[in-house]
Amino acid sequence: MRQWLTKTNLLVGLGLAAFYGLIQILIQAGVLRAFHQVNLITACLGIIMAVSLNLITGFTGQFSLGHAGFMAVGAYFSAVLTVRGGVYSPFSIVAGGLLAAVFGLLVGLPALRLKGDYLAIATLGFGEMIRVLLLNAKYVGGAAGLFGIPRTVGWTGAFFAAAATVLVIRNLLWSSYGRACIAVREDEVAAELMGIDITKYKALAFAVGAFFAGLGGGVYAHYFYGLQPDNFGFMRSVDYLVMVVLGGLGSLTGSVLAAVALTFINVILQQYSAVRMILYAVLLIVIMIFRPRGLMGSRELRIGRGGARKAAGDGAAGDA
Amino acid sequence: MALLEMRKVSKAFGGLSAVTDVSLRVAAGETVGLIGPNGAGKTTIFNLLTGVDPVDSGEILFDGRRLAGRRPAVINRLGIARTFQNIRLFNDLTALDNVRVAYHSRVGYSLLAAILRVGGYYREEKAMTEKAIRLLEIFHLADKREAIAHSLPYGEQRRLEIARALAGEPKLLLLDEPAAGMNPQETGELAALISWIREAFHLSVLLIEHDMSLVMSCCQRIYVLEYGRLIAGGDPKTIQNHPKVIEAYLGG
Repeated sequence: MRQWLTKTNLLVGLGLAAFYGLIQILIQAGVLRAFHQVNLITACLGIIMAVSLNLITGFTGQFSLGHAGFMAVGAYFSAVLTVRGGVYSPFSIVAGGLLAAVFGLLVGLPALRLKGDYLAIATLGFGEMIRVLLLNAKYVGGAAGLFGIPRTVGWTGAFFAAAATVLVIRNLLWSSYGRACIAVREDEVAAELMGIDITKYKALAFAVGAFFAGLGGGVYAHYFYGLQPDNFGFMRSVDYLVMVVLGGLGSLTGSVLAAVALTFINVILQQYSAVRMILYAVLLIVIMIFRPRGLMGSRELRIGRGGARKAAGDGAAGDA
Repeated sequence: MALLEMRKVSKAFGGLSAVTDVSLRVAAGETVGLIGPNGAGKTTIFNLLTGVDPVDSGEILFDGRRLAGRRPAVINRLGIARTFQNIRLFNDLTALDNVRVAYHSRVGYSLLAAILRVGGYYREEKAMTEKAIRLLEIFHLADKREAIAHSLPYGEQRRLEIARALAGEPKLLLLDEPAAGMNPQETGELAALISWIREAFHLSVLLIEHDMSLVMSCCQRIYVLEYGRLIAGGDPKTIQNHPKVIEAYLGG
Protein backbone atom coordinates (compact mmCIF):
# COMPACT_ATOMS: atom_id res chain seq x y z
CA MET A 1 0.00 0.00 0.00
CA ARG A 2 1.18 3.51 -0.76
CA GLN A 3 2.29 5.13 2.46
CA TRP A 4 0.30 8.32 2.03
CA LEU A 5 -2.86 6.27 1.65
CA THR A 6 -3.76 6.25 5.33
CA LYS A 7 -7.21 6.15 6.81
CA THR A 8 -7.15 9.80 7.86
CA ASN A 9 -5.86 10.98 4.49
CA LEU A 10 -8.59 9.01 2.78
CA LEU A 11 -11.16 10.47 5.14
CA VAL A 12 -10.01 14.05 4.62
CA GLY A 13 -9.83 13.52 0.85
CA LEU A 14 -13.31 12.07 0.71
CA GLY A 15 -14.64 14.84 2.94
CA LEU A 16 -13.18 17.53 0.71
CA ALA A 17 -14.45 15.81 -2.44
CA ALA A 18 -17.91 15.55 -0.92
CA PHE A 19 -17.85 19.21 0.07
CA TYR A 20 -16.71 20.22 -3.41
CA GLY A 21 -19.38 18.05 -5.04
CA LEU A 22 -22.13 19.34 -2.78
CA ILE A 23 -21.35 22.98 -3.57
CA GLN A 24 -21.02 22.13 -7.25
CA ILE A 25 -24.44 20.47 -7.26
CA LEU A 26 -25.97 23.41 -5.42
CA ILE A 27 -24.49 25.76 -7.99
CA GLN A 28 -25.75 23.64 -10.88
CA ALA A 29 -29.18 23.45 -9.30
CA GLY A 30 -29.30 27.22 -9.04
CA VAL A 31 -29.52 27.22 -5.25
CA LEU A 32 -26.20 29.07 -4.86
CA ARG A 33 -26.39 32.10 -7.12
CA ALA A 34 -23.75 34.55 -8.30
CA PHE A 35 -23.75 36.36 -4.97
CA HIS A 36 -22.96 33.18 -3.06
CA GLN A 37 -20.36 32.13 -5.57
CA VAL A 38 -18.46 35.41 -5.24
CA ASN A 39 -18.20 34.81 -1.52
CA LEU A 40 -17.17 31.20 -1.89
CA ILE A 41 -14.43 32.17 -4.29
CA THR A 42 -13.35 35.08 -2.11
CA ALA A 43 -13.05 32.59 0.75
CA CYS A 44 -10.90 30.30 -1.43
CA LEU A 45 -8.72 33.28 -2.34
CA GLY A 46 -8.46 34.12 1.34
CA ILE A 47 -7.27 30.58 2.06
CA ILE A 48 -4.67 30.70 -0.73
CA MET A 49 -3.34 34.06 0.40
CA ALA A 50 -3.44 33.46 4.16
CA VAL A 51 -1.85 30.01 4.00
CA SER A 52 0.94 31.21 1.69
CA LEU A 53 1.56 34.27 3.88
CA ASN A 54 1.62 32.04 6.94
CA LEU A 55 4.49 30.09 5.41
CA ILE A 56 6.51 33.31 5.17
CA THR A 57 5.43 35.07 8.36
CA GLY A 58 4.06 32.42 10.67
CA PHE A 59 6.41 29.53 10.03
CA THR A 60 9.62 31.11 8.78
CA GLY A 61 9.19 34.24 10.90
CA GLN A 62 9.74 36.80 8.14
CA PHE A 63 7.26 39.61 8.65
CA SER A 64 5.79 40.54 5.28
CA LEU A 65 3.40 43.35 4.39
CA GLY A 66 3.75 42.92 0.65
CA HIS A 67 1.62 39.89 -0.04
CA ALA A 68 -0.83 41.84 -2.22
CA GLY A 69 2.16 42.88 -4.33
CA PHE A 70 2.92 39.25 -5.19
CA MET A 71 -0.77 38.77 -5.88
CA ALA A 72 -0.74 41.74 -8.26
CA VAL A 73 2.25 40.34 -10.13
CA GLY A 74 0.47 37.02 -10.65
CA ALA A 75 -2.84 38.65 -11.50
CA TYR A 76 -1.48 41.05 -14.10
CA PHE A 77 1.00 38.65 -15.68
CA SER A 78 -1.56 35.87 -16.06
CA ALA A 79 -4.14 38.32 -17.39
CA VAL A 80 -1.72 39.70 -19.96
CA LEU A 81 -0.75 36.20 -21.06
CA THR A 82 -4.38 35.17 -21.45
CA VAL A 83 -5.67 38.37 -23.03
CA ARG A 84 -2.71 39.53 -25.14
CA GLY A 85 -0.89 36.25 -25.64
CA GLY A 86 -3.87 33.99 -26.08
CA VAL A 87 -2.38 31.48 -23.64
CA TYR A 88 -4.67 28.78 -22.22
CA SER A 89 -5.69 30.33 -18.90
CA PRO A 90 -4.60 27.58 -16.45
CA PHE A 91 -1.10 27.88 -17.91
CA SER A 92 -1.11 31.63 -17.63
CA ILE A 93 -2.27 31.41 -14.01
CA VAL A 94 0.63 29.09 -13.15
CA ALA A 95 3.00 31.35 -15.10
CA GLY A 96 1.71 34.26 -13.02
CA GLY A 97 2.63 32.28 -9.91
CA LEU A 98 6.09 31.57 -11.25
CA LEU A 99 6.80 35.23 -12.01
CA ALA A 100 5.55 36.11 -8.53
CA ALA A 101 7.98 33.51 -7.14
CA VAL A 102 10.83 35.29 -8.94
CA PHE A 103 9.72 38.52 -7.30
CA GLY A 104 9.53 36.66 -4.03
CA LEU A 105 13.18 35.70 -4.38
CA LEU A 106 14.08 39.30 -5.26
CA VAL A 107 12.39 40.49 -2.09
CA GLY A 108 13.57 37.56 -0.02
CA LEU A 109 17.24 38.08 -0.77
CA PRO A 110 17.56 41.58 0.73
CA ALA A 111 15.37 40.27 3.53
CA LEU A 112 18.40 38.28 4.66
CA ARG A 113 19.81 41.49 6.01
CA LEU A 114 16.62 42.93 7.42
CA LYS A 115 14.70 41.83 10.47
CA GLY A 116 11.33 42.49 12.05
CA ASP A 117 10.03 46.01 11.53
CA TYR A 118 12.63 46.84 8.90
CA LEU A 119 11.64 43.85 6.80
CA ALA A 120 7.97 44.79 7.18
CA ILE A 121 8.72 48.26 5.86
CA ALA A 122 10.76 46.87 2.95
CA THR A 123 8.01 44.46 1.92
CA LEU A 124 5.42 47.20 2.36
CA GLY A 125 7.52 49.33 0.02
CA PHE A 126 7.71 46.48 -2.45
CA GLY A 127 3.92 46.12 -2.55
CA GLU A 128 3.42 49.84 -3.04
CA MET A 129 6.11 49.90 -5.72
CA ILE A 130 4.28 47.23 -7.71
CA ARG A 131 1.03 49.14 -7.37
CA VAL A 132 2.54 52.44 -8.50
CA LEU A 133 4.34 50.78 -11.41
CA LEU A 134 1.05 49.23 -12.55
CA LEU A 135 -0.74 52.58 -12.15
CA ASN A 136 1.71 54.06 -14.63
CA ALA A 137 1.92 51.15 -17.05
CA LYS A 138 -0.16 52.07 -20.11
CA TYR A 139 0.22 48.54 -21.48
CA VAL A 140 -1.98 47.13 -18.73
CA GLY A 141 -4.41 50.04 -18.67
CA GLY A 142 -2.84 52.15 -15.92
CA ALA A 143 -5.26 53.47 -13.32
CA ALA A 144 -8.26 52.63 -15.52
CA GLY A 145 -7.37 48.95 -15.23
CA LEU A 146 -7.17 45.89 -17.39
CA PHE A 147 -10.50 44.44 -18.48
CA GLY A 148 -11.91 41.79 -20.74
CA ILE A 149 -10.16 38.85 -19.09
CA PRO A 150 -12.21 35.75 -19.90
CA ARG A 151 -13.87 34.28 -16.80
CA THR A 152 -12.34 30.83 -16.92
CA VAL A 153 -12.15 30.21 -13.18
CA GLY A 154 -15.18 29.39 -11.13
CA TRP A 155 -15.86 27.40 -7.99
CA THR A 156 -13.99 24.39 -9.36
CA GLY A 157 -10.82 26.30 -10.21
CA ALA A 158 -10.79 28.30 -7.00
CA PHE A 159 -11.46 25.24 -4.84
CA PHE A 160 -8.69 23.18 -6.38
CA ALA A 161 -6.24 26.09 -6.30
CA ALA A 162 -6.95 26.50 -2.58
CA ALA A 163 -6.70 22.76 -1.92
CA ALA A 164 -3.41 22.54 -3.84
CA THR A 165 -2.00 25.50 -1.90
CA VAL A 166 -2.81 23.95 1.46
CA LEU A 167 -1.57 20.51 0.42
CA VAL A 168 1.76 21.69 -1.01
CA ILE A 169 2.54 24.04 1.87
CA ARG A 170 1.49 21.43 4.42
CA ASN A 171 3.72 18.79 2.81
CA LEU A 172 6.59 21.24 2.67
CA LEU A 173 6.17 22.22 6.32
CA TRP A 174 5.86 18.69 7.65
CA SER A 175 9.15 17.63 6.23
CA SER A 176 12.75 18.26 7.10
CA TYR A 177 12.61 21.40 4.94
CA GLY A 178 9.69 22.71 6.94
CA ARG A 179 11.49 22.04 10.20
CA ALA A 180 14.42 24.03 8.82
CA CYS A 181 12.08 26.96 8.10
CA ILE A 182 10.62 26.80 11.60
CA ALA A 183 14.11 26.58 13.10
CA VAL A 184 14.97 29.84 11.29
CA ARG A 185 11.97 31.46 12.96
CA GLU A 186 12.83 30.07 16.37
CA ASP A 187 16.50 31.03 16.53
CA GLU A 188 18.53 32.09 13.52
CA VAL A 189 21.89 31.74 15.23
CA ALA A 190 21.16 28.29 16.60
CA ALA A 191 19.69 27.17 13.27
CA GLU A 192 22.79 28.27 11.40
CA LEU A 193 25.04 26.54 13.92
CA MET A 194 23.05 23.36 13.37
CA GLY A 195 24.10 23.46 9.72
CA ILE A 196 20.99 25.15 8.31
CA ASP A 197 21.61 27.66 5.57
CA ILE A 198 19.24 30.35 6.84
CA THR A 199 19.61 32.38 3.65
CA LYS A 200 18.31 29.47 1.62
CA TYR A 201 15.26 28.87 3.78
CA LYS A 202 14.22 32.49 3.98
CA ALA A 203 14.45 32.69 0.19
CA LEU A 204 12.59 29.40 -0.12
CA ALA A 205 9.74 30.62 2.07
CA PHE A 206 9.46 33.87 0.13
CA ALA A 207 9.59 32.10 -3.23
CA VAL A 208 6.99 29.44 -2.39
CA GLY A 209 4.77 31.91 -0.53
CA ALA A 210 4.94 34.38 -3.42
CA PHE A 211 4.23 31.61 -5.94
CA PHE A 212 0.91 30.82 -4.31
CA ALA A 213 0.09 34.51 -3.84
CA GLY A 214 0.68 34.89 -7.59
CA LEU A 215 -1.50 31.87 -8.21
CA GLY A 216 -4.19 33.51 -6.09
CA GLY A 217 -3.77 36.64 -8.20
CA GLY A 218 -4.31 34.61 -11.36
CA VAL A 219 -7.47 33.06 -9.90
CA TYR A 220 -8.65 36.54 -8.95
CA ALA A 221 -7.98 37.92 -12.45
CA HIS A 222 -9.76 35.05 -14.19
CA TYR A 223 -12.78 35.20 -11.95
CA PHE A 224 -13.36 38.93 -11.56
CA TYR A 225 -12.31 39.56 -15.20
CA GLY A 226 -11.09 43.04 -14.43
CA LEU A 227 -7.97 44.30 -12.63
CA GLN A 228 -7.11 47.68 -11.21
CA PRO A 229 -3.89 48.51 -9.41
CA ASP A 230 -5.85 49.77 -6.43
CA ASN A 231 -7.28 46.27 -5.93
CA PHE A 232 -3.82 45.34 -4.68
CA GLY A 233 -3.17 48.13 -2.23
CA PHE A 234 -1.61 47.99 1.20
CA MET A 235 -4.95 47.26 2.86
CA ARG A 236 -5.24 43.97 0.99
CA SER A 237 -1.91 42.85 2.40
CA VAL A 238 -3.14 43.84 5.83
CA ASP A 239 -6.39 41.92 5.33
CA TYR A 240 -4.45 38.73 4.67
CA LEU A 241 -2.05 39.39 7.51
CA VAL A 242 -5.06 39.79 9.81
CA MET A 243 -6.26 36.34 8.72
CA VAL A 244 -2.88 34.84 9.51
CA VAL A 245 -2.59 36.52 12.91
CA LEU A 246 -6.18 35.75 13.79
CA GLY A 247 -5.86 32.10 12.84
CA GLY A 248 -2.53 31.79 14.59
CA LEU A 249 1.00 32.40 13.34
CA GLY A 250 2.22 28.95 12.51
CA SER A 251 -1.12 27.18 12.12
CA LEU A 252 -2.32 26.20 8.65
CA THR A 253 -5.75 25.12 9.79
CA GLY A 254 -5.97 28.37 11.74
CA SER A 255 -5.34 30.32 8.55
CA VAL A 256 -7.96 28.34 6.67
CA LEU A 257 -10.54 28.85 9.42
CA ALA A 258 -9.73 32.55 9.76
CA ALA A 259 -9.88 33.11 6.00
CA VAL A 260 -13.31 31.51 5.77
CA ALA A 261 -14.61 33.18 8.93
CA LEU A 262 -13.39 36.66 8.02
CA THR A 263 -14.77 36.38 4.50
CA PHE A 264 -18.22 35.61 5.81
CA ILE A 265 -18.02 38.14 8.63
CA ASN A 266 -17.23 40.73 5.99
CA VAL A 267 -20.24 39.65 3.96
CA ILE A 268 -22.55 39.96 6.96
CA LEU A 269 -21.09 43.31 7.96
CA GLN A 270 -21.45 44.66 4.44
CA GLN A 271 -25.03 45.59 5.20
CA TYR A 272 -23.85 47.79 8.01
CA SER A 273 -21.05 49.45 6.15
CA ALA A 274 -20.93 52.41 8.51
CA VAL A 275 -20.14 50.27 11.53
CA ARG A 276 -18.27 47.56 9.63
CA MET A 277 -14.77 48.79 10.32
CA ILE A 278 -15.61 49.46 13.95
CA LEU A 279 -16.99 45.98 14.48
CA TYR A 280 -14.06 44.50 12.62
CA ALA A 281 -11.63 46.34 14.87
CA VAL A 282 -13.52 45.36 18.01
CA LEU A 283 -13.50 41.73 16.93
CA LEU A 284 -9.76 41.83 16.42
CA ILE A 285 -9.13 43.53 19.75
CA VAL A 286 -11.30 41.02 21.59
CA ILE A 287 -9.52 38.10 19.97
CA MET A 288 -6.12 39.56 20.69
CA ILE A 289 -7.08 40.02 24.33
CA PHE A 290 -8.43 36.52 24.80
CA ARG A 291 -6.33 34.60 22.28
CA PRO A 292 -3.14 36.65 21.89
CA ARG A 293 -1.53 33.93 19.79
CA GLY A 294 -4.50 33.71 17.44
CA LEU A 295 -7.39 31.30 17.49
CA MET A 296 -5.18 28.27 17.06
CA GLY A 297 -1.79 29.46 18.31
CA SER A 298 0.68 27.27 16.49
CA ARG A 299 -1.56 24.23 16.81
CA GLU A 300 -3.32 22.38 14.03
CA LEU A 301 -6.76 20.93 13.87
CA ARG A 302 -6.28 17.32 12.95
CA ILE A 303 -8.49 14.38 12.38
CA GLY A 304 -7.63 11.37 14.45
CA ARG A 305 -4.52 11.08 16.60
CA GLY A 306 -5.90 13.14 19.45
CA GLY A 307 -7.16 16.29 17.78
CA ALA A 308 -5.15 19.47 17.93
CA ARG A 309 -1.42 19.01 17.71
CA LYS A 310 1.65 21.02 17.00
CA ALA A 311 2.62 21.35 13.38
CA ALA A 312 5.78 19.49 12.51
CA GLY A 313 5.35 17.68 15.79
CA ASP A 314 5.22 14.43 13.96
CA GLY A 315 6.24 13.54 10.51
CA ALA A 316 6.16 10.36 8.59
CA ALA A 317 3.90 8.42 10.86
CA GLY A 318 0.66 10.32 10.91
CA ASP A 319 -0.26 12.66 8.11
CA ALA A 320 -3.71 14.12 8.37
CA MET B 1 48.10 15.97 13.91
CA ALA B 2 45.75 18.11 15.95
CA LEU B 3 42.07 18.06 15.07
CA LEU B 4 41.75 21.72 15.91
CA GLU B 5 44.47 24.29 15.94
CA MET B 6 44.20 28.00 16.63
CA ARG B 7 47.27 29.94 15.61
CA LYS B 8 47.79 33.37 17.15
CA VAL B 9 44.12 34.27 16.80
CA SER B 10 43.03 37.77 17.77
CA LYS B 11 39.65 39.43 17.83
CA ALA B 12 38.63 42.93 18.84
CA PHE B 13 35.19 44.47 19.13
CA GLY B 14 35.62 48.17 18.40
CA GLY B 15 38.56 49.21 20.53
CA LEU B 16 38.17 46.36 22.97
CA SER B 17 40.33 43.36 22.26
CA ALA B 18 38.43 40.29 23.36
CA VAL B 19 40.96 37.68 22.33
CA THR B 20 44.65 38.30 21.80
CA ASP B 21 47.18 35.97 20.17
CA VAL B 22 45.51 32.81 21.36
CA SER B 23 47.07 29.57 20.17
CA LEU B 24 45.60 26.31 21.27
CA ARG B 25 45.12 22.81 19.99
CA VAL B 26 42.76 19.94 20.52
CA ALA B 27 43.86 16.45 19.49
CA ALA B 28 41.46 13.82 18.21
CA GLY B 29 39.71 12.07 21.09
CA GLU B 30 40.81 14.60 23.66
CA THR B 31 38.76 16.57 26.15
CA VAL B 32 40.18 20.03 26.67
CA GLY B 33 38.98 22.58 29.17
CA LEU B 34 38.91 26.32 28.67
CA ILE B 35 38.66 28.20 31.93
CA GLY B 36 39.06 31.75 33.05
CA PRO B 37 37.26 34.56 34.89
CA ASN B 38 34.08 36.10 33.48
CA GLY B 39 34.77 38.25 30.43
CA ALA B 40 38.07 36.51 29.69
CA GLY B 41 36.98 35.78 26.10
CA LYS B 42 36.02 32.11 26.36
CA THR B 43 32.70 32.38 24.58
CA THR B 44 34.29 34.67 22.01
CA ILE B 45 36.67 31.84 21.17
CA PHE B 46 33.65 29.58 20.61
CA ASN B 47 32.10 32.21 18.39
CA LEU B 48 35.31 32.43 16.36
CA LEU B 49 35.55 28.65 16.06
CA THR B 50 31.96 28.33 14.84
CA GLY B 51 32.15 31.24 12.42
CA VAL B 52 29.63 33.42 14.25
CA ASP B 53 32.29 36.15 14.44
CA PRO B 54 35.13 36.45 11.92
CA VAL B 55 38.70 36.44 13.25
CA ASP B 56 40.75 39.63 12.90
CA SER B 57 44.11 37.91 12.57
CA GLY B 58 45.65 34.51 12.94
CA GLU B 59 44.15 31.34 11.59
CA ILE B 60 42.04 28.41 12.68
CA LEU B 61 42.67 24.96 11.24
CA PHE B 62 40.13 22.22 11.68
CA ASP B 63 40.75 18.75 10.34
CA GLY B 64 43.36 20.20 8.01
CA ARG B 65 41.06 22.92 6.65
CA ARG B 66 41.20 26.65 7.22
CA LEU B 67 37.97 27.94 8.70
CA ALA B 68 38.45 31.61 7.77
CA GLY B 69 35.57 32.99 5.71
CA ARG B 70 33.33 29.96 6.09
CA ARG B 71 29.77 30.44 7.24
CA PRO B 72 28.58 28.84 10.51
CA ALA B 73 26.36 26.35 8.68
CA VAL B 74 29.33 25.19 6.59
CA ILE B 75 31.58 24.90 9.62
CA ASN B 76 28.91 22.83 11.34
CA ARG B 77 28.82 20.47 8.38
CA LEU B 78 32.61 20.15 8.55
CA GLY B 79 32.14 18.74 12.02
CA ILE B 80 32.01 21.37 14.76
CA ALA B 81 28.88 21.51 16.90
CA ARG B 82 28.24 23.54 20.00
CA THR B 83 25.91 24.31 22.84
CA PHE B 84 25.26 27.75 24.26
CA GLN B 85 25.92 29.40 27.57
CA ASN B 86 22.32 30.67 27.56
CA ILE B 87 20.44 27.68 26.22
CA ARG B 88 19.28 28.27 22.67
CA LEU B 89 16.83 25.55 21.81
CA PHE B 90 14.10 25.89 19.21
CA ASN B 91 11.67 26.72 21.98
CA ASP B 92 8.36 26.09 20.27
CA LEU B 93 9.40 22.79 18.75
CA THR B 94 9.18 19.43 20.46
CA ALA B 95 12.28 17.77 21.87
CA LEU B 96 12.19 15.32 18.97
CA ASP B 97 12.02 18.07 16.36
CA ASN B 98 14.88 19.95 17.99
CA VAL B 99 17.04 16.95 17.26
CA ARG B 100 15.56 16.26 13.84
CA VAL B 101 16.33 19.83 12.74
CA ALA B 102 19.98 19.06 13.28
CA TYR B 103 19.77 16.13 10.86
CA HIS B 104 18.54 18.43 8.13
CA SER B 105 21.91 19.19 6.57
CA ARG B 106 22.15 15.54 5.57
CA VAL B 107 18.56 14.99 4.52
CA GLY B 108 18.38 12.49 1.68
CA TYR B 109 15.19 13.52 -0.11
CA SER B 110 14.59 16.60 -2.22
CA LEU B 111 12.13 19.41 -1.57
CA LEU B 112 10.04 18.15 -4.49
CA ALA B 113 9.97 14.65 -2.99
CA ALA B 114 8.74 16.18 0.27
CA ILE B 115 5.96 18.09 -1.46
CA LEU B 116 4.87 15.14 -3.59
CA ARG B 117 5.49 12.64 -0.77
CA VAL B 118 7.45 10.38 -3.11
CA GLY B 119 11.01 9.10 -3.35
CA GLY B 120 12.65 8.39 -0.07
CA TYR B 121 10.46 10.73 1.94
CA TYR B 122 8.78 8.22 4.21
CA ARG B 123 11.82 6.00 4.55
CA GLU B 124 14.12 8.93 5.33
CA GLU B 125 11.73 10.52 7.79
CA LYS B 126 11.34 7.22 9.58
CA ALA B 127 15.09 6.66 9.75
CA MET B 128 15.64 10.23 10.91
CA THR B 129 12.99 9.90 13.59
CA GLU B 130 14.41 6.60 14.82
CA LYS B 131 17.92 8.03 14.99
CA ALA B 132 16.63 11.05 16.88
CA ILE B 133 14.76 8.89 19.37
CA ARG B 134 17.87 6.77 19.98
CA LEU B 135 19.80 9.93 20.69
CA LEU B 136 17.08 11.14 23.05
CA GLU B 137 17.15 7.78 24.81
CA ILE B 138 20.85 8.24 25.54
CA PHE B 139 20.02 11.50 27.27
CA HIS B 140 16.99 10.05 29.10
CA LEU B 141 14.69 12.25 27.11
CA ALA B 142 12.90 9.66 24.98
CA ASP B 143 9.69 9.88 26.99
CA LYS B 144 9.77 13.66 26.64
CA ARG B 145 10.07 13.62 22.88
CA GLU B 146 6.66 15.19 22.29
CA ALA B 147 7.21 17.84 24.96
CA ILE B 148 7.70 21.40 23.79
CA ALA B 149 11.31 22.35 24.41
CA HIS B 150 10.68 25.44 26.53
CA SER B 151 8.41 23.50 28.83
CA LEU B 152 11.22 21.14 29.84
CA PRO B 153 13.02 21.63 33.15
CA TYR B 154 16.35 23.40 32.94
CA GLY B 155 18.54 20.33 33.30
CA GLU B 156 16.66 18.53 30.56
CA GLN B 157 16.97 21.53 28.28
CA ARG B 158 20.74 21.40 28.80
CA ARG B 159 20.80 17.70 27.93
CA LEU B 160 18.55 18.26 24.92
CA GLU B 161 20.93 20.90 23.66
CA ILE B 162 23.82 18.45 23.83
CA ALA B 163 21.71 15.80 22.07
CA ARG B 164 20.89 18.27 19.32
CA ALA B 165 24.54 19.16 18.90
CA LEU B 166 25.46 15.47 18.62
CA ALA B 167 22.84 14.85 15.93
CA GLY B 168 25.13 16.48 13.38
CA GLU B 169 27.73 13.79 14.15
CA PRO B 170 30.44 16.32 14.91
CA LYS B 171 34.13 15.57 15.28
CA LEU B 172 34.47 18.35 17.78
CA LEU B 173 31.88 19.26 20.38
CA LEU B 174 32.05 22.68 21.99
CA LEU B 175 30.26 22.85 25.33
CA ASP B 176 29.68 26.31 26.79
CA GLU B 177 29.19 25.97 30.55
CA PRO B 178 27.15 22.77 30.42
CA ALA B 179 27.01 22.48 34.20
CA ALA B 180 25.68 26.00 34.78
CA GLY B 181 22.70 25.83 37.09
CA MET B 182 23.19 22.16 37.92
CA ASN B 183 23.49 20.79 41.44
CA PRO B 184 26.60 18.79 42.43
CA GLN B 185 24.91 15.46 41.76
CA GLU B 186 23.77 16.51 38.29
CA THR B 187 27.24 17.88 37.61
CA GLY B 188 28.73 14.53 38.54
CA GLU B 189 26.40 12.75 36.15
CA LEU B 190 27.24 15.27 33.46
CA ALA B 191 30.96 14.59 33.89
CA ALA B 192 30.37 10.89 33.38
CA LEU B 193 28.16 11.63 30.40
CA ILE B 194 30.75 13.85 28.72
CA SER B 195 33.43 11.19 29.09
CA TRP B 196 31.04 8.58 27.76
CA ILE B 197 29.99 10.74 24.78
CA ARG B 198 33.61 11.28 23.83
CA GLU B 199 34.20 7.54 23.71
CA ALA B 200 30.92 6.50 22.15
CA PHE B 201 30.79 9.15 19.45
CA HIS B 202 34.55 9.21 18.80
CA LEU B 203 34.85 12.93 19.16
CA SER B 204 36.87 15.60 20.87
CA VAL B 205 35.40 17.99 23.39
CA LEU B 206 36.33 21.58 24.10
CA LEU B 207 34.68 22.62 27.32
CA ILE B 208 34.11 26.01 28.90
CA GLU B 209 33.26 25.61 32.54
CA HIS B 210 33.41 27.36 35.87
CA ASP B 211 32.78 24.25 37.86
CA MET B 212 36.31 23.09 38.67
CA SER B 213 35.25 19.62 39.77
CA LEU B 214 33.84 18.99 36.32
CA VAL B 215 36.83 20.43 34.50
CA MET B 216 39.35 18.54 36.62
CA SER B 217 37.55 15.22 36.26
CA CYS B 218 36.81 15.43 32.53
CA CYS B 219 39.69 17.20 30.89
CA GLN B 220 43.06 15.82 29.90
CA ARG B 221 44.36 19.31 29.31
CA ILE B 222 43.25 22.77 30.37
CA TYR B 223 43.86 26.22 28.99
CA VAL B 224 43.45 29.27 31.18
CA LEU B 225 42.34 32.53 29.68
CA GLU B 226 42.53 35.96 31.29
CA TYR B 227 41.74 39.26 29.61
CA GLY B 228 41.73 37.53 26.24
CA ARG B 229 45.20 36.01 26.64
CA LEU B 230 46.22 32.48 27.46
CA ILE B 231 48.06 32.57 30.74
CA ALA B 232 48.57 28.87 31.21
CA GLY B 233 48.02 25.48 29.65
CA GLY B 234 48.64 21.93 30.77
CA ASP B 235 47.23 18.95 32.59
CA PRO B 236 44.81 19.47 35.49
CA LYS B 237 47.50 19.03 38.16
CA THR B 238 49.84 21.62 36.61
CA ILE B 239 46.98 24.08 36.22
CA GLN B 240 45.81 23.67 39.81
CA ASN B 241 49.21 24.63 41.11
CA HIS B 242 50.05 27.26 38.51
CA PRO B 243 50.78 30.53 40.31
CA LYS B 244 49.27 32.69 37.55
CA VAL B 245 46.07 30.71 37.61
CA ILE B 246 45.77 30.98 41.37
CA GLU B 247 46.35 34.69 41.06
CA ALA B 248 43.75 35.11 38.29
CA TYR B 249 41.14 33.15 40.19
CA LEU B 250 41.76 34.35 43.71
CA GLY B 251 42.75 37.88 42.71
CA GLY B 252 46.30 38.96 43.33
